[in-house]
Amino acid sequence: MSKPNEGWGSRIGLILAMAGNAVGLGNFLRFPIQAVENGGGAFIIPYLVCFLLMGVPLLLIEWTTGRFSGQFGDHTTPFLMQRLDPKRAFWKYLGVFGIFANVAVAAYYCYVESWTMAYIYHSAVGTFAGMDQAQVAGFFTAYTDTYQSTTGIPFENVIFFVLCVVLNTWILSKGLAGGVEITAKIGMPLLILFGVFLAIQGVTLTAGEKGAQFDGLVGLDFLWTPQFDSLTNPSVWLAAAGQVFFTLSVGMGTVICFASYIKKRRDVALNAMTAGWLNEFVEVVLGASILIPICVGYFGIDGVVELVNSGGGFGLAFQSLPYLFQQWGDLMAIVAGIAFFGLLFFAGITSSLAMGTPWMGLLQYEFGWKRQTAAWSFGVLVLLLGLPTVLFYDKGVFGEYDYWAGTVCLFFFAMMESILFAWVFGIDRGWQEINDGAEIRLPRVYKFILKFITPALLLFVFIGNLFIPAGGDWASAINQLLAGNGWQFDASSLVGTVSNAGLKAELAAAELAGNVETVAQLQERLFYVNGARLLLLATFLFITALVYLAYRKRIRTTGAFA
Amino acid sequence: MSTSGLLMMTITMTLVTGITVYLVWRVLTAPQPNDDEE
Repeated sequence: MSKPNEGWGSRIGLILAMAGNAVGLGNFLRFPIQAVENGGGAFIIPYLVCFLLMGVPLLLIEWTTGRFSGQFGDHTTPFLMQRLDPKRAFWKYLGVFGIFANVAVAAYYCYVESWTMAYIYHSAVGTFAGMDQAQVAGFFTAYTDTYQSTTGIPFENVIFFVLCVVLNTWILSKGLAGGVEITAKIGMPLLILFGVFLAIQGVTLTAGEKGAQFDGLVGLDFLWTPQFDSLTNPSVWLAAAGQVFFTLSVGMGTVICFASYIKKRRDVALNAMTAGWLNEFVEVVLGASILIPICVGYFGIDGVVELVNSGGGFGLAFQSLPYLFQQWGDLMAIVAGIAFFGLLFFAGITSSLAMGTPWMGLLQYEFGWKRQTAAWSFGVLVLLLGLPTVLFYDKGVFGEYDYWAGTVCLFFFAMMESILFAWVFGIDRGWQEINDGAEIRLPRVYKFILKFITPALLLFVFIGNLFIPAGGDWASAINQLLAGNGWQFDASSLVGTVSNAGLKAELAAAELAGNVETVAQLQERLFYVNGARLLLLATFLFITALVYLAYRKRIRTTGAFA
Repeated sequence: MSTSGLLMMTITMTLVTGITVYLVWRVLTAPQPNDDEE
């Protein structure tokens, strides 16, 4: 069986694809909200500390692991992980997380990506013209309800979702150099261009002009004024670590798979740093200068806080910005709408394309499938897994996918890969691999950080999320524990989420109040939440079985893991 | 804008932009690797 011949066309293409993988919707929608909620300008301190102690080391680990294991012809996470410790076959099952997380995240991520496609279309045809704020917010609710239509086309959200999956699949079928790399080379510069245009609009927004009530600078002040007392709050550090994690797309397996196509002795250190810092530039400089300044300019700080509480960054972006753009005049409304949702679309598609790589690597390199067939199989899987998030979006299915695949799996995978790299593969070999062909001298302190600080920090974040105390109040929870009163878990903790504590508490309260309608709604939600979990579990087991078969096939062919 | 907010924003954005531009410049000016060596 001849092996597929995938590879990167150019170094800049590789860096842009890696940066595009990292730059996603979170850079524009999640980061500013996290900053506002966690101490404003002070949030940037734990954020940058976590970036340097956790983000940079994880980037180095993933790029290096990918290049090292890729030399042996491995291009999918199970065998890329096992290559670091070939004698212990169980490491391949760690890599299953790297395929599963991508497939499951792609399923709901493509849905959000399809919203941006739909909003580009609606911005271009002037759907939002003349709508007030409530109507724009109502438009979003109507759009995500499959049984309502905003254009007269039945199942509009399903159609845009299918279109989005087909587009992703088609690009993936063109391969790394011919599809992913070209998309990144077009998408990333356009994204930065749109970002700079909108950031200038946001920062220069002046009270009394274009219907704005406040200067855009009021929003920047709101975002950046530091509240240093927040630095002693563990929840702020957890939030900062979480943001660094999501923004860099580490712990997913995509970086490792992309890096597995890098040739031997080619630089990974400078490339990894460049892609990582490009992502930081888009997030900290552009991401912080668009959403909050524009929204504060029109709604004021109280209005923005209210909108954030009702729907986070999504609430601001999809339920408000089309209305605000209307205030800039008819032409500018179209231009700004296309620029903003186009920016989100490019941020999304460069990330979702990366998510196809581990699955395609498994089918192409382990089962001998052709690239096109592997790509379309990814599309079908994403479509099947994604449809429940589209059809039952308001029933909590979307949130379950995001939590289990997009949060828990990522933390677990990153924690284990850092231990595997630094402690099993060995930090001396690892450090040598990182510096092999390096075009930048990394501070030697990173050897220490890679071995001790990064795994410890990841463990802290994982355990922190496992045991979030009621209300996120760590100080009083620890005092209560020391006083022998036990530990009250917050409903958002891993323990609380597993047991559906939040939903069950709501259900109990509704039953106590005798509110029959709410009880029925909550019972229905519980059913869909558990159904989503079963579906995710079934997908995980299916991928595990495929990995087992691939491993048996290797053993049959070569007699050992080779 | 408050002084502390302005200071925080200026320092952070300058730092992040500066490092990013430096790294991109390093990549763009690096010698092209020779494939024949492999």
